[in-house]
Amino acid sequence: MTRALEAEGVAIIARDLTRRFGTFTACDRISFDVRAGEVFGFLGANGAGKTTAIRMLTGLLLPTSGQATVAGHDVYTESEAIKRHIGYMSQRFSLYEDLTVTENVRLYGGIYDLDNRQIRDRTAAMLSRLGLTRAARDLVRDIPLGWRQKLAFSVALLHEPRIVFLDEPTSGVDPITRRQFWELIYEAASSGTTVFVTTHYMDEAEYCDRISIMVAGRIGAIGTPSELKQQFGAHSIDDVFVRLARPVQESPRP
Amino acid sequence: MRRILFLARAEVLHVVRDRATLAQVLVLPAAQLLILSNAATFEIRDTPAYVVDFDGSSTSRELVHRFSSSGHFRILGQSASPEAANEQMLHGRVTMVLTVPADFERSLVREGTAPVQIAVNAEKGAAAGIVQSYAGRILSAYSTELGVALRPTANSARATPGDTAPVTGAIRFEVEARNWYNPTLNYQHYMVPGLLVALVTLIGTLLSAQNIAREKELGTLEQLNVTPLTRGQFIAAKLMPFWVLAVVDLGVGLTLGRLFFGVPIRGSLLLLFGSAALYLVVALAIGLWISTLVETQQQAMFVTFFIMNIYLLMSGLFTPVDSMPPWVQTFSLLNPVRHFVTISRALLIKGAGLAEIAEPLLFLGAYAAIMLTLAVRQYSKRAA
Amino acid sequence: MNARRISLTALRGLLIKETYHILRDRRTLIVITLLPILQVILFGYAIRTDVRRVRLAIVDPTPDHTTLALRARFAATDAFHVVAVVAEAADLDPMFKRGMAQEAVVFDPSFAQSLGRGLPARVLVITDATEPNAGSIAQSYALSVIDGYERELRAASSAIRSREIVVPGALIVPEVRMQFNPTRESSNLFVPGLMAFVLTIISSLMTAISLTREKETGTMEALLVSPLRPWQIIVGKVAPYLVVGFLSVLGVIVEARVIFHVPVHGSVTLLLGEGLLFILVSLSLGILISAQTTSQRVAMFAALVGTMLPTLLLSGFIFPLESMPWALQAISYIVPARWFVTVARGIMLKGIGLAYLWRETMVLAAMALVLLVLSTRSFHERLE
Repeated sequence: MTRALEAEGVAIIARDLTRRFGTFTACDRISFDVRAGEVFGFLGANGAGKTTAIRMLTGLLLPTSGQATVAGHDVYTESEAIKRHIGYMSQRFSLYEDLTVTENVRLYGGIYDLDNRQIRDRTAAMLSRLGLTRAARDLVRDIPLGWRQKLAFSVALLHEPRIVFLDEPTSGVDPITRRQFWELIYEAASSGTTVFVTTHYMDEAEYCDRISIMVAGRIGAIGTPSELKQQFGAHSIDDVFVRLARPVQESPRP
Repeated sequence: MRRILFLARAEVLHVVRDRATLAQVLVLPAAQLLILSNAATFEIRDTPAYVVDFDGSSTSRELVHRFSSSGHFRILGQSASPEAANEQMLHGRVTMVLTVPADFERSLVREGTAPVQIAVNAEKGAAAGIVQSYAGRILSAYSTELGVALRPTANSARATPGDTAPVTGAIRFEVEARNWYNPTLNYQHYMVPGLLVALVTLIGTLLSAQNIAREKELGTLEQLNVTPLTRGQFIAAKLMPFWVLAVVDLGVGLTLGRLFFGVPIRGSLLLLFGSAALYLVVALAIGLWISTLVETQQQAMFVTFFIMNIYLLMSGLFTPVDSMPPWVQTFSLLNPVRHFVTISRALLIKGAGLAEIAEPLLFLGAYAAIMLTLAVRQYSKRAA
Repeated sequence: MNARRISLTALRGLLIKETYHILRDRRTLIVITLLPILQVILFGYAIRTDVRRVRLAIVDPTPDHTTLALRARFAATDAFHVVAVVAEAADLDPMFKRGMAQEAVVFDPSFAQSLGRGLPARVLVITDATEPNAGSIAQSYALSVIDGYERELRAASSAIRSREIVVPGALIVPEVRMQFNPTRESSNLFVPGLMAFVLTIISSLMTAISLTREKETGTMEALLVSPLRPWQIIVGKVAPYLVVGFLSVLGVIVEARVIFHVPVHGSVTLLLGEGLLFILVSLSLGILISAQTTSQRVAMFAALVGTMLPTLLLSGFIFPLESMPWALQAISYIVPARWFVTVARGIMLKGIGLAYLWRETMVLAAMALVLLVLSTRSFHERLE
């Protein structure tokens, strides 16, 4: 079945994906498809299980049960193969603060087996796109937060992966930088990269092609933003979320 | 392969830019070596002593003189009062009290034997045993001299006519004592190689454990885990810089040891550095293994310290392995530090060759293989 | 009135929180609890300087009944373990280098012949002096065995040659008494130093880390905004470690008693009291260190070098202070552990009290006072 979906251009397939930590179920039989080249928003409140889901899809965490395929590879048996085709930007800032911008980029370029010329060219292009050319030799620690986030995003895309996973990329960032970020995301998507982005900012949902909303470890809703608004009779995704989450809020999770 | 170089280069940059770690790795070991080598010694000079002489004869006075001129003892006071001596001991002012009984000289002449009492302040720890052996040596040397002095008198008085054996037919041994490898009995020659090993081990294990724990703490480790970088490549890149650093440190330490303490280098340096290279693989692998057990740098430091403590104390570094109870000695065979300490001392002080260090070297080889496998297995890019 | 009640409740809350921190950091907790036990065991079994079962090689080119008799003497005593008997001295070198033999007795080829002819019979004792003290002791053992045999032979031959019994030479017999530690159990000696060591680790290290961790993670600012005054923050954070330290000392004493039967001849109350004083000193030192640093790693390192190493080396714990160059001895005067070790040894081994120890106690008290003031003040400054 996954082959058929693959042929149709499905980048990520998850079926009944579950992850338990002891008695606590972080992800409870979640199922969804992400089509190649689309911007998929994986929404949910804090603690809803979004990061756990991303970690399972990127091969960082073994699922307890269920199936998932990323870029045509099974997450259980081919996690290393998956890693060749994906980029990842974690919630915590993960570039080396005591290295310069160029050194960080060069490091990841080398790890992804880009040759020296590719590294050089792509670095220059990236820095100029971000407006960081002058900061090429600066330590990452000395660059403002917003720029750092954008840099991390660009590094995740350095090796031109098929899919890029972004975990709360715009947390703690000012609105203007957020806008610029989404411009970068669109650019990536328009060149064919599938973007899987988690966020708890419901307004960012409008920027996505399709979204899913996680509530208490389960997928409460999935579809395009307009489909969901229609389904729930809401004016904004925020509203949709509130309607979904309310019964749960009243009985808090363990 | 190329990936390893990229990552290793980044590692080197980290170290170079981190001034605290640099100091830790280069400056402090040197300083520590210098200080430690001076402090860590069991040699005793000028032990304060008190004499209670009930005899007051020329023999007893000569005996006391032997003690005071030996260089090992410093006579703080002398009297006929045991109470005064006891007071001194209680106050901790003297380490030894020599008591000569009232008929010392007479007993010696008449019966050829006489007791003296040596009370050693055992609270001084290892010093007590050493003081005892110094005293013993002085006494037996004096005994022998007295024996020679008295013997002709005894024999000539008793030679009977018709005794066909010549007067010089007395049984006499001529014993020569030689000290091999450390003829000057220099304690530092013993200590410095051991200390070097300790310092180098600490650097290797502590820094590697800390380093990886730090990445875990910061979140950069996760970013690496998401790349196609394999476990083996990661480990190689991470450990290589520290391996090099530790070897460099060894070289620096060795030079300092030679310059400041005259530590000899009798064996092959190539062999020494070769063994060091092997040993460091073990030390670093242990650090790696520790890093998989902890989540924060602080924990890394504690666990490393805990484990290193055991290893170092049981390695024969401070006190000889031969002095440990047999079952502990067997246990210490499991201790890679012990083997490298043995190798360094054998190479540096005894001038041993490959054949003579083959056994500990084999142990180290086995450990390197085991520890690396264990550490690599333990390190997982994916949480279960 | 109200404000004070608020801050007292806040202080209590802080104490509870800090206790939870300690209890929940499972790994560090394990280290703290296991450490004292482990140290007691390690020191009891591993750190020894006795010389037993010296591995002896014998070179006997022309064996005859006299050499065999002497060899038998060596084999009969516990002090030696004959590992090899060879005909040529050249075989000795690799044996020594491998560590297979520690000492060798080399009979001159003309040994028996010389004896028969009344000429001096030559025998050579070679000792591995890499570790000078063990070497000296082993050497003196061998010499005394040979000496004893010589006397026997002489006594036997003289008895044959003349009908009168000739007393062979003179012999001064030392009667050695180890004051305060008659059984010379090394465990009795290390326990006092061990207490200091363990306390130092817990007090200085942990406070240094705990405080800098708060600073690093920024929770310190939250504390500052609370009704708590700076001194209360320090008390709140440090008090749990005082308890932990106290329990550790108790633990060490109990374990030492149970496993190694180490006694406390003096007043246990006084011992615990002095222990408390020492803990205060160490804690203040820890606070002082953390007030000066911003990173956990640097704090740990500074604590290690500034407190642990001096305690280990310069307190008289393992290495006798008398052996050290005067410069280091001078430095040892400002190492708190040195004073505590003297006090602890005095109370435990000698059974003395404040009458003899008032000086040391005053020094510790003064240190505690000075350090507390200094550290509170410097912490204060840093916060503002």
